[in-house]
Amino acid sequence: MQVPKPLPLGSAITIAAVLLFLLAAFAWAAGWIGARRIDGAAVLSALEYNGGVHEGYRRAHAKGLCFRGSFTANGEGTALSRAFALRKGVYPVTGRFSLAGGNPLAADGRNVFRSMALVLRADSGEEWRMAMDHTPIFPVRDVASFVALQRASKPDPATGKPNPAVMKAFLAAHPEVKTFQDFMAKNVLPDSFASSTFYSINAFRFHDAQGNETMVRWQFEPEAILKGLDKAALPQMPRDFLFREIIDRVNDAPVTWQLKLVVANAGDVTDDATRAWKGPHHVVSAGTLQIDEIASEADGGCRDLNFDPAILPDGVGLSDDPLLAARSKAYSSSFIRRAGEKPGRGAFDAHLGARSVP
Amino acid sequence: MTHRGFHPSLRLLHWLMAFLLLSMLFIGVGMVSTAGPLYAILLAVHRPIGLALLLLALLRLAIRLRTGAPEQDQSLPRRVRCAAGLSHIFLYALMFALPLLGWAMLSAGGYPVVIAKGYLLPSILTHDLAAFAWLRSAHGLLALLFFALILGHIGAALVHALIRRDNVMRSMGFARSSPRAAPAPDDGELRAEAGEGTAEAPIPEDDAGSGADPAAR
Repeated sequence: MQVPKPLPLGSAITIAAVLLFLLAAFAWAAGWIGARRIDGAAVLSALEYNGGVHEGYRRAHAKGLCFRGSFTANGEGTALSRAFALRKGVYPVTGRFSLAGGNPLAADGRNVFRSMALVLRADSGEEWRMAMDHTPIFPVRDVASFVALQRASKPDPATGKPNPAVMKAFLAAHPEVKTFQDFMAKNVLPDSFASSTFYSINAFRFHDAQGNETMVRWQFEPEAILKGLDKAALPQMPRDFLFREIIDRVNDAPVTWQLKLVVANAGDVTDDATRAWKGPHHVVSAGTLQIDEIASEADGGCRDLNFDPAILPDGVGLSDDPLLAARSKAYSSSFIRRAGEKPGRGAFDAHLGARSVP
Repeated sequence: MTHRGFHPSLRLLHWLMAFLLLSMLFIGVGMVSTAGPLYAILLAVHRPIGLALLLLALLRLAIRLRTGAPEQDQSLPRRVRCAAGLSHIFLYALMFALPLLGWAMLSAGGYPVVIAKGYLLPSILTHDLAAFAWLRSAHGLLALLFFALILGHIGAALVHALIRRDNVMRSMGFARSSPRAAPAPDDGELRAEAGEGTAEAPIPEDDAGSGADPAAR
């Protein structure tokens, strides 16, 4: 063996430098140092800032109920995508109706998103999850604008409306939100989930069996006749009128929608959900969604699912729309957070005779 | 089996997995850190690499149990040898624990365990949100512990290589240097049992022991 030598300073410095470099690189990758990033927690805290903290519930679209049914594909959709659910056949569906907002007991009489989330299942275990709203466009384009919108539109406890000065400044910087607000103000507010058209919001990449790519937005168009609500009378409506209506309607008879696949024209933007596709489009009618049964959040098999719109089957992929990753991330963070909390009692659990009301 | 260095296939696996594991830890904390478009991209590569690492870990453990490891340097204090032994057990345990926790976590969360488009693994746990929350925390915390252990491992390896200048680093390396002999030509001295693939590294000669490795002389 060699005679013990004094600690070689150069080597010691090299070792320290290597370790420090790795540590710093890791801290940077994790976002602990360097430019501030918007992560899932930032989106959640913006949502909680706006709508309050409701433990055990989804941080957005907290008020809802589950349903079960099926999707019957006619096979026409295979012209655009090889996805299992577009091949001729019948696929079981679990889903959820919800209203926008973080309050699980909020009144239905609000001019907000009516939403339908679905999971279509294949025998192979493949799934196609969708989270759709009754508007063809979304208020904001990306996650930074979404966070800013939540912060700007926090209702003032005194008036129940956002602070006008804050909102004015926000709208000046985000004209696309004004477009959305105008749409909500002018457009018919559906009187039922059953008469609402539900839109994919984002564009997606469809790949057919040969690998050809098409950009598609889809929508579920209702069989039920659309009737508008009197927006001025909304505050006087019973708290749960919209959900009670769909419970009664489905108890009476199944409710159906047609899936329409809308193919992008050459000039359509596919990476910006704030912009509608205008004019005539090639539309493929791909099949029928039928809802047979409404169930409580506790029993209906939807409460413990994350309807992440990025969970897609082979044949459907994400577009370049930055909102898709943001939605996926925010839903995932909300799911992780509420999973660690005791699940909240659904607004209709008692009404629907839930067996496992927490 | 020789105790002069690790089996060549273990050396290859070590460096391949070192690259993948470090990438994976960076991808993992990276995808947690952002709600931007990078999130979807990182998530899409996280799972196939995770599965690959689980399979590589199985292969590595099997080879490791069959071919053994070089003897520890008895001139090191007992405490240090003990820590080294334990740290390697932890490193192996985490190589298995992290991908399995990820898989179990997705199962408990009611997610399809999509490895790549159209390629799924079966669920290994029943759908249970409380279990999901617990597994998700464990997956994240153990990943941080793994990174800390890897830093310690790299630090210790560098101490062996740069300060103690012993054979520990060489036992996992591909160089055929020897403290006493001039480097030999690269071919012709491969041990019979090492003759697979391209990564066969001859076992370095050293001055530390009884060396029953005639082919290396």
